[in-house]
Amino acid sequence: MQNVNMTEKRHTMPARDPSERCSNFCEVMLGYDEETAISEARRCLNCKARPCMEGCPVGVMIPDFLALVAEGKFEEAYEVVRRTNALPAVSGRVCPQETQCEGRCVRGKRGDPVGIGYIERFIADRHMQKNDCIPRKTISNGHKVAVVGSGPAGLSCAGELAELGYEVTVFEALHLAGGVLVYGIPEFRLPKEIVRRETEELRACGVEIVTNAVVGRSFSVEELMKEYGFEAVFLGTGAGLPRFMGIPGENARGVFSANEYLTRINLMKAYEEGAETPLFPARKVAVVGGGNVAMDAARCARRMGAEVTVVYRRSAAELPARREEVVHAEEEGVRFRFLCNPTEVLTDGENAAIGLCCVEMTLGEPDASGRRRPKPKTGSEFTLEADCVIMALGTSPNPLLGRTTDGLQTGPHGEIGADGAGRTSLEGVFAGGDAVTGSATVILAMGAGRRAAKAIDEYIRRQACHSEPRRGE
Amino acid sequence: MYRILKREQLNASLVRMEIEAPLAARKALAGQFVILRADERGERIPLTIADFDRERGTVSVIFQIVGGATMALAQRREGECVADVVGPLGNPTEVEGLTNVAVIGGGVGCAIAYPVAKRLHAMGARVTAIAGFRTGDLVILQREFAEVADRLILTTDDGSLGEKGNVCVPLNRLLEAGERFDAVFTVGPLPMMKYVAEATRPYRLKTIASMNPIMIDGTGMCGCCRLTVGGEMKFACVDGPDFDAHLIDFGEAMGRLRTYSAFENMARERHCNLFQKEVK
Repeated sequence: MQNVNMTEKRHTMPARDPSERCSNFCEVMLGYDEETAISEARRCLNCKARPCMEGCPVGVMIPDFLALVAEGKFEEAYEVVRRTNALPAVSGRVCPQETQCEGRCVRGKRGDPVGIGYIERFIADRHMQKNDCIPRKTISNGHKVAVVGSGPAGLSCAGELAELGYEVTVFEALHLAGGVLVYGIPEFRLPKEIVRRETEELRACGVEIVTNAVVGRSFSVEELMKEYGFEAVFLGTGAGLPRFMGIPGENARGVFSANEYLTRINLMKAYEEGAETPLFPARKVAVVGGGNVAMDAARCARRMGAEVTVVYRRSAAELPARREEVVHAEEEGVRFRFLCNPTEVLTDGENAAIGLCCVEMTLGEPDASGRRRPKPKTGSEFTLEADCVIMALGTSPNPLLGRTTDGLQTGPHGEIGADGAGRTSLEGVFAGGDAVTGSATVILAMGAGRRAAKAIDEYIRRQACHSEPRRGE
Repeated sequence: MYRILKREQLNASLVRMEIEAPLAARKALAGQFVILRADERGERIPLTIADFDRERGTVSVIFQIVGGATMALAQRREGECVADVVGPLGNPTEVEGLTNVAVIGGGVGCAIAYPVAKRLHAMGARVTAIAGFRTGDLVILQREFAEVADRLILTTDDGSLGEKGNVCVPLNRLLEAGERFDAVFTVGPLPMMKYVAEATRPYRLKTIASMNPIMIDGTGMCGCCRLTVGGEMKFACVDGPDFDAHLIDFGEAMGRLRTYSAFENMARERHCNLFQKEVK
């Protein structure tokens, strides 16, 4: 064991200059080098209680991989992370570490917590660069599982099942695998090359990914099981219909859901010269919401050359976005109007947006989420000039499967009903991620996918016990 | 791969393609659509399924050259492939129990009206097809409609073929003469569908409009295709594309459809310039 690095400050990660990054979509954070990663990993006390692991939705064995990094055993460290985390280069970039692993790190009591996310990103990137991965296709156990949706929940479930020897087919409705990782999160935060390589990694493990395949339309869940021989199905269909506020003018020209705005930019590359997918040429953009999606939309709009204001109904302290995203947005010149809420989108005679009517808010008693509930201040109405309004208010789960699958129970908002292990009301059908919970984080979806994979494995083993013996054992 | 088995120029700006897309063909029904991309940089183009052949595993689409993406698609030849076809998307047109229906198409909308007329005809319903175009040169699917319609009325704005005027002229005449349709199905430009809805409203005649708003994913994710129907927000991709025409806010839909018109014009010109350079 190396000596512990007792420096209270963590190693910062170099970032692209704000003035430079405002005009391009290049990745903002530039990554650790080997020396920095080792030095940062040595800040881990390897304490007995391992509180960091409790904070990790996929249960990464954090002190173990940090100890390996501290010894310079990067590939071994990668293997440890990869055992419970199918997409380490992704989670290292987009996890809200400050409320998870790092939020519980003992070092955070005095000084900065260990930069767990930064180190995770480093070893995953290094693994990709060196490409010294051993083909890890496990011997097939002869059992087939279908995964619907190739976002974080689906990929995580597929990766876990492939590791256990299952023959996994992932069905993706879009033309590209990755779900929210490709259509939602922008290039400057999560380069699409990283997503492509992570999905390649899963393919190398034997996962088959079929794009342009809409389950619920081309085939039903029942057909997958009865006609195609899948013994279990995992539904990870993710975020669905965007929420709107229900205020006047919301369907005016120039009002977009963040999903639409981000999909045009990220999936369809509308920001590139000569792209066929158009992007609305906005001058002044108002983004409504305070989550990561709102930050992504605001920062994309900045890069497209607009003046951008984020309108959030609570105060800065309640912003649900990752801290780093908020800081980056501010550095890039995104303005924030806290404690105000839109009441109407103002339009011209041609039904095009020209402004956003807002009312100031004050914070009252805490609500069910524990955050103080905002209340409008009477007589505080004001108008924000905006030719483009982007609504980033979360989503309701995708309604397609609920409507087209007989016997699949759904909740009042169309969310698929599933227990902690992902079991739905239908035998052999499991679900997880945003399709079950509504808008949440990448890592929570990955955690749900992983738990469901365990439950699917148990389910198929139990079924197999009652019939023929498993092959490959 | 999604191979183009047949390509046919229907008129100066309309193209029909029969494309291999087994996943789309196996469940396709009249009223549903596919999303298609010509190449890796291509836009996702939503196109209603004009016809399908389950055994051959093909769907046919008819599209109008509007912007850069449709122009790029139109350049594809028989035997070549397109990058992506996904579908069937949207809900099929509800035709159960209908016995006497007017199917009204305008321009390229006739491509969508035709499979609905065909399905109704196969069910044994009496079909009155009204197909409207700007001028005689643009008329498409005349023979196909004649095969499935008990009565086919062709209209052109300039009177160069069929009856002079828009589709509402014969529709109003039939309604005034006491024709008892169970339903009217209409698809075409938004103003035309609006006029059809206004024509049938006094008769409280069930009128279904097939909406074709701007879309990206087509599976209920982007929210781009939202419409106001009966005062409620609806999404054409998962709630439609068919809606009660008497409840649709057509004015709002027209505004939203214009969101990218400047871009489309630019893209079309850029493509045309590229063409000219190639010719030189």
